[in-house]
Parts: sequence; structure tokens; C-alpha cells
Amino acid sequence: MTTVSTVTLAALVPLLPFLGAVAGLLLGRRAPGFVRPLAVLPTAAAALLAAAVAVRQGTGDPTDAATRLTPTGSVPVDLALHLDGFAVLIAAVVGLVATCVQVYSTGYLRDDPRYPSYAALVSLFTAAMFLVVYSGDLMVLLVGWEVMGICSYFLVGHYWETERARSASLKAFLVTKLGDVPFLIGILALADAAGTFRINGILTAAGNGDIAHPTVVGLLLLAGVAGKSAQFPLHTWLPDAMAGPTPVSALIHAATMVAAGIYVVARLLPVFALSGAVLAVLATMAAVTMVGSALSALAQDDIKRVLAWSTIGQLGYMAGALAVTDRGAAVFHLLSHAAFKALLFLGAGVLIHAAGTNSLAAMSRMSGLGKRVPDAAWTTTVALAALAALPPFSGFFSKESVLAAAEHAAGGRTDGVPVPVGWTVLVAGLATALLTAGYATRLWLLALRGSGPAAPDRGPQPASMNAVLWVLFVPTVGLGAAVGLLPGWFDGDPLAPTWTTSILGTGLVLVGALVTYGAWQTVRARARLTPLGAVAVPGIPVAGAAREDEPAATEITAVATHEQVYGDAVSAPDPADPGRLLLGPLHGPASHGFHLDAAYRALFVRPVLAAAGLVRFLDREVVETYVRGAGGGPRLLGAAVRRAQTGNVQTYLTVLLAGAVALAVLVAVGA
Amino acid sequence: MTTPHAAVLAASSAPGFLSPTGVEVVFVLVGLVTLGAAVVAVTTRQLVHAAMWLVLALGGLAVEYLLLTAEFIAWVQVLIYVGSVVVLILFGLMLTKAPIGRSPDADSGNRPAALVAALAAAAALVALVVDAFRTAWIDLEEVQGSTEVTGEILFRHWVLPFEALSVLLLAALVGAVVLSRLRRAAAGDRPDRQGD
Amino acid sequence: MHLAYPAVLAALLFCTGLYGVLARRNAILVLMSVELMLNAVNLNLVAFDVWLRDTLHAGQALTLFTVAIAAAEIGIGLSVVLLVYRNRGFADIDRLTDLADDDARARTGAPASVPAPAPAAERQTTGDAAA
Repeated sequence: MTTVSTVTLAALVPLLPFLGAVAGLLLGRRAPGFVRPLAVLPTAAAALLAAAVAVRQGTGDPTDAATRLTPTGSVPVDLALHLDGFAVLIAAVVGLVATCVQVYSTGYLRDDPRYPSYAALVSLFTAAMFLVVYSGDLMVLLVGWEVMGICSYFLVGHYWETERARSASLKAFLVTKLGDVPFLIGILALADAAGTFRINGILTAAGNGDIAHPTVVGLLLLAGVAGKSAQFPLHTWLPDAMAGPTPVSALIHAATMVAAGIYVVARLLPVFALSGAVLAVLATMAAVTMVGSALSALAQDDIKRVLAWSTIGQLGYMAGALAVTDRGAAVFHLLSHAAFKALLFLGAGVLIHAAGTNSLAAMSRMSGLGKRVPDAAWTTTVALAALAALPPFSGFFSKESVLAAAEHAAGGRTDGVPVPVGWTVLVAGLATALLTAGYATRLWLLALRGSGPAAPDRGPQPASMNAVLWVLFVPTVGLGAAVGLLPGWFDGDPLAPTWTTSILGTGLVLVGALVTYGAWQTVRARARLTPLGAVAVPGIPVAGAAREDEPAATEITAVATHEQVYGDAVSAPDPADPGRLLLGPLHGPASHGFHLDAAYRALFVRPVLAAAGLVRFLDREVVETYVRGAGGGPRLLGAAVRRAQTGNVQTYLTVLLAGAVALAVLVAVGA
Repeated sequence: MTTPHAAVLAASSAPGFLSPTGVEVVFVLVGLVTLGAAVVAVTTRQLVHAAMWLVLALGGLAVEYLLLTAEFIAWVQVLIYVGSVVVLILFGLMLTKAPIGRSPDADSGNRPAALVAALAAAAALVALVVDAFRTAWIDLEEVQGSTEVTGEILFRHWVLPFEALSVLLLAALVGAVVLSRLRRAAAGDRPDRQGD
Repeated sequence: MHLAYPAVLAALLFCTGLYGVLARRNAILVLMSVELMLNAVNLNLVAFDVWLRDTLHAGQALTLFTVAIAAAEIGIGLSVVLLVYRNRGFADIDRLTDLADDDARARTGAPASVPAPAPAAERQTTGDAAA
């Protein structure tokens, strides 16, 4: 096999889902029988090809291929592929998760009337993600980046009948665009400095010190990364994006799209590393994101929102690893997180369907939920362990590699990274490890160890959904074993856990888990005293109605009615919640993301709305007056002229002649 | 006004307006009759009388042509206008059942405006013409429009327009016939129109 | 002879015809007035032709053409008037206002086009009265 064929295979990887999406959109209504194959097969084929590319590429030198379709002015834009260990491994995981999600969706959205467009958009999204991963040119990367943004908008707004989904999709789109504008400017600045959009060329320029203002450029790029990867302060869209269907949350908002920001930083890391200030900002951002999101995750009632906040926190770990310039650790955590977070979301989808609600407060008052859905219960348990970084699961190894890198930098042993940056990441990472263990334990205890009436029997879950869970179970458990192999694919830095951080981190995890368990035991008694009726507003059915309900329908009902049932969109007034005991007075602010949305509303939304109102007033009352005057004058004139149109030719002729005489006299007198 | 050379020479030797020649006196008298007949023709309330006054005005014009030594034009004027056009007009008045005798509604409501416009136009035109031609003099010693001369120029220099004109006349004839032909279908429900 | 005499006469005749065109109600009288205007022009043409001693006698030739065209015009004009009279029962040009702006006509209260009343009888009575 030659190198050329590897490139061809790699080019096919984004192309296949794209063609599948186009075909799905075209045929969706006319040939419903083809929709499911068109959704699953191209994605699965792309996943296989991506795996083949990964195997072929192996640990060899990066493969580059480029073609220029058309001249594009001063700085050329190339259709360039860049295949290295990072790209091919991420592409393989993206393919795996996307295929799982497509298969899962066939069961989860089996009765959805908009399934064809949904599946096509997921395929399109997958294609865009592949493009981002494989692209060797920043402009082409940006194309995939923006296509993902718009797909995310459509998919979050899949249930556009509900107000929450509509506003969530708009919010996701606008907030990420807010970051994308500086991102685009940053890309243009980079290209201007390097004279090319090719990433290799930019990295060469960065190595030669040709980038004039690395701090400014780095901060501009970081804004886009913060928007896409949901880092503080642009993270607020991600928890709300849970209004989309669960498979979308798993694919876009856990495993792939949000990872794109991390991936771009990893690719351009030498540019960021030029400026210590940028690294400091990145580290601060990551630290604030990690700790804040972990606290918020501890206070959520919606199981998917817990996972969403947890995603933000894990992305914070990756950003922290990048801040200490260890992209191997960041991408390692990205890979393992993609696997276990996708598994968690898909498992949560099953749990929500089985329980008929997305509320942890309601689940904690059901017994035997785990027995109803044993596949989901087991896989979720393991994934939670991976999330909490318990050895020997994959999360442990990847998180320890991040902590080890931070510890390395904190000791001043990493070139170009200020020591405080290392300490910031290390301390925040350890604190977050404690909190992560706390909310993972809380989730597990509330969802699967509830007591009370038996969970409703909704029949067996679709096989497609359960099978996918076990597929994702494999990397969740086993990816840690690759810790010895991965450095060869990456930069060569060792990723194996060090004793110091391992013992420290695992100790904190155990502490967090035990404390949460203790709190749970303390408040457990209260759960019996306060049945669900005392928590929820009576009269509104908490559990979905029909036995054979479509899973997605259960979810949308639960999301849409959460506020009516519990009086709050994100939390429930449940005294039996261990998170409430642990957080104490922090619980209220944490459940609402520390009221950052309210702050944004006061700082940005209200002034913008007021300005819009002013503009509207000016337009309606001032500009319109001129317009109306401009219309009214000719109208009056026309009415006057119409009176002359009597149809009497003698009148016309008289006026004509009088005018001619007057003109003649005027000319004669004037001359 | 760019006056031709010959006219300037003639004008320099032209007599004044206070000592009119005989031709001028006759011209002015006939002109007054013509103008009076024309004014009566456009103001009288008796429609058939208006046509008769028109005959007088057109006839007076024929005399004026004679005085201007354009004899062929004069005879054409008598033949065509007095002979045929007025007859046509009388036929038209008859066919449209014009009332005989004074009709109170002969003038439209536009009359005051028409009067003002006509007077203004007359004042402007007369002032212009008098200002421009008060010294111009027509030498009538030599006959300008004898039948011989007219025939010669008409069939030597103007023969092509003449032929074209004959086509136009034919077209007008056909058009008039087509327009005034009674349509059976349209006239079927109004047999009383047949007698008109 | 002074050129001013025929020129002034032509101007006055023209304006007389003009008055007739603008003031007369009956379409045939309007046509008569048009003939007057044409004749005034003819007089002008002849007078200037004689004054200029044109070798081609363009003025007189044009006069002849005008006479012929006037004859054609009166023929066509009369047949049009006749047709109007047949269709509507009158030939009053200030009542032929079909081209008017309808709103304007409604506002000024002018009569709409009369849908062919029985003109024969009506005219008959007026004719009798006049006789």
C-alpha cells in the first residue's frame, strides 16, 4: 500500500457522511425506507475508513497532501490534509462515536417525523468534524468548524415546538458565534503573519518567531476555542443545549464538537506557547471552568444537565493540559472522555426513558430502576467510575496524565510554562477531581440506588440502544491500557501516571465519593419523609404516559415540563439531595451556573434590547414620518392631478394650447 | 427673422400702410367679410346656419387666393371646400339629426376658457406676425399661381408626393366606407337606424 | 401688397377656428372649425409662397396637398362621428368622457358614458319642437 491510497482513504472519510447527508436530505421524504441505511452506513463506512487510516498512519511521520482548486488571492487556500497521530486517533474515535449515535438514534427517534432531516444533519455534522480533524489548512478547518456550529443549532432546536429548545438553539448559536468572530480575526492575523493558511506553514513561522503579536493572536483564537469548547466565560450555552435529543448531546455536546476547540489549540500549540500570558489566561480559564462547572454539576436535578456541566469540567481538564503545553495529555483525555461521556449520555437516554423523567429527585424515589435496564445500569456505573477517574478505567489514566503534566510544570520543569500556570492547573485539577467524584457518586446513588415505589415497567429497551452501550463500554474500560502505546502516536512525552499525583488524585476521588455517600446516607431518611408529591407540583404527570412510548418523546416531555413540575428549570426542591447538604448555601447559585446567565442578561442582553427599542422607536417615529411624508405628498399631488382627468378633450386641448401660448410668450419676452 | 434679400429690397421701396393700393383695400374688405363669416360660423346657435356661414368664409378665402394671384388654388378651394366638404358637413349634420333652428346647447361649458385661450392666441400670433412682417411687401406684378405654372410644378417636381397622396386618399375613402357601413348584427336590434 | 394683411388674416382665422374647436359641443361643428384652421394655414402658405417667389412653388403644392388631406380628414372624421352617434345616440364631445379617471368623474359628478338610450325618439321630439 502506498501513501497515496492512505490520503485517498482519508479524503473519503469526510466525503462519505457528507454524501450520505445530501442523499438523506434529498430522499428523506420520498423514500423513507432508505433513510436509516443512508444514516448509518456512510457513517459506519467512514468510521471503518478512519480506523484504517489510523492503522496505516500508525506512529509514522505526518502525512501531508494538498491541492489548490482555484487561486484565492494573496494568501492561498489549499484543500490540505494533515494526518498525524492526533488527527487519525481523534478521527477514529469520532467515527466510532458517530456510528454509535446513528445506530442509537434509529431506536431512540424511531417514530420521530423529522428523523430523516435529523439523521442527515448528524451525518453532515460528522463530515464537518472529520474535515476539522483532517484539515491541514485553517480556512478549510474553519469551514468544518462553522458547519458544525450550524448543525448544532439545528439539532439543539430539533424539538422547536418547545420554547426551551428554540431559545437554547439560538443561545448556542449566538454564544459560539460570539467566540467565532475573534477566532476568524485571529486566523486572518496568523495567515497574514505566516503568509499561508497551512497549519504546517504557520507552525514553521511560529518556530521562526515570525508571528508579530503572539499574545493578541493567541487571545483572539482562545475566544473561539472558549465558545466552541464551552470554557468560561462562554460556556453558558452548553447546559441549555441539553434541550436537544440525547444522542445529539452525546455526539455533539460531549464527544466531538466541543472537543474541536481543544483540538485546534492542540494543533496550534506552538503558537500559543509563544506567549506566557496566553498560557496563563488559558490556565485561569481552565481552572475557573473546572471548579465552577463541577460545583454546578453537583447541584443539578436534570441528569443530562449534570452530564453537561461535567463535560464542561472535563474540557477544562483538557484546556489545563494545553496550558501546560502537554497536548499529548490533552488529546488522551479527549479520547477517553469522548468514549465515556458518549456512553454516559446514551446511558442517560435509556435511564430517562425507563424512568419517564429526567429528574434525579424523581429517580431517587423509584426502586429498581437499574434492574429495569441492566445494560444501561452497568455501563453507566463503569462510565461514572471512569469519569470519577477510578483506576483502572480509562478516565483514571487520562486524567492522571493531565495532572502529571501540571505537576511537571508546577515544578518548573516544563520549558516556556510559567510555574504559577502549572500550580493553577494542578490545584484546580485536584479540587475538581474531588468534586467530580462527588457528583459522579451523587448521580449514581440518586439514579440507581433510589428507594420507594418500583420504577414503571416500560418494556425492554430497543436492542440498537443497548448494543451501542456495550460497544462504547470497551474503550471506556480499556483505553487506559493504551497509555504505553500512545506517546509514540503523539509527541513522545510519557503519559503514564506518576505516583505522586496518582496517589493524591485517587485519594481525593475516594474522599469525594465517601463524603458524598455519607451525605447520601444522612439525607436518605428524609427521602422517605418527603415523597415525590411534596417535591413536585401535584397534578402534572411526572412519568411519561404510554408504555410503548418512543424514548425521545419521553425526554422532550420531561424537559418541557420540568419547570412546571418542580418550579425551576434546572433544580428541584429536594431535601433528600446529598448535593444540597454538601454545597450548603452554595447550592442555589451553583444550580444556576452561579447566575452567569443573569449577569450576561443584565450586562449585555438588556442594553442590547434597550438599544434595539431605541432604534425601533427612531425607525417607527422619526424615519417613518419622513417616509410617510414622502409618500403622502405625491399622493395629495396625484389626487389633485386626478381631478383634471375629466375625459373632456376640449378641456385638455384648452390647457394644452394655453400652455403653448404661455410658453411662446415667455420665450418671446425672454428673448 | 431672416428676411430674404429680394424681400428686403422690396421692403425698402414698399409704400406705407396709410396709402393702401387697390388690391390691398379689396383684400382687407374681403378679409373682413371672411373673418366675420368665420366668427359667426363658430358662434351661431343654428347648426345648419353655421355650415352656411362656413361656405361664405371659405368662399371669401378663395377670393383672397385670387387676389394673391394663386388662381388654381382658388378654384380648388371652391371646388373642394365649398363644393364637397361643406356638402359632406351638411350630410353629417343631417345624419346625426342635428336640430334645425336655434339649439341652446350648441356651445359646451368650455366656452369661456375657449374664448380666453383663443383671444390670447390671437393676440400673441398677431403681435408676432405684425412685428415680424410689417415691412415685408409682396410684389403682385407677376402671376405666381396660374394653372399652367401650378400644373407644371405639380407634375414635374411634386409628382411623387402627389401619387402618395392619391394612395392616402384611397385609404381614407376605404376607411370612411368601412367605418360608416351599417353593421347588420349591431343594427339588427335597432331597425329605426336603417332609415338614417 | 403688404405681407402683414394675409398673415394677420390667417392668424385671426386660425384663432377663430381654434375658438370653435374649444367651444363647440357638436362634433361636426368642431370638424368645421378644424377646416377653418386648416384654411388659415393654407392662406399663410399661399401668401408666403407668393412673397418668396419660390421656383418650386412649394407653398402652393403643399396647399394642394393640405386641401386633399383635409378632404380625407373630413371624410374619416365624419364617419367616426357617425359611428359614435350610432353607438351612443349623441355626438357631443364633452359627453364622450370614457377616458376619464373614474374616481375623478365620480367626484366631479360628470355623467358616465350613457349606455345608448333610445336616442331616436329623444331626438325626434327635440327636432319636432325646433321645427
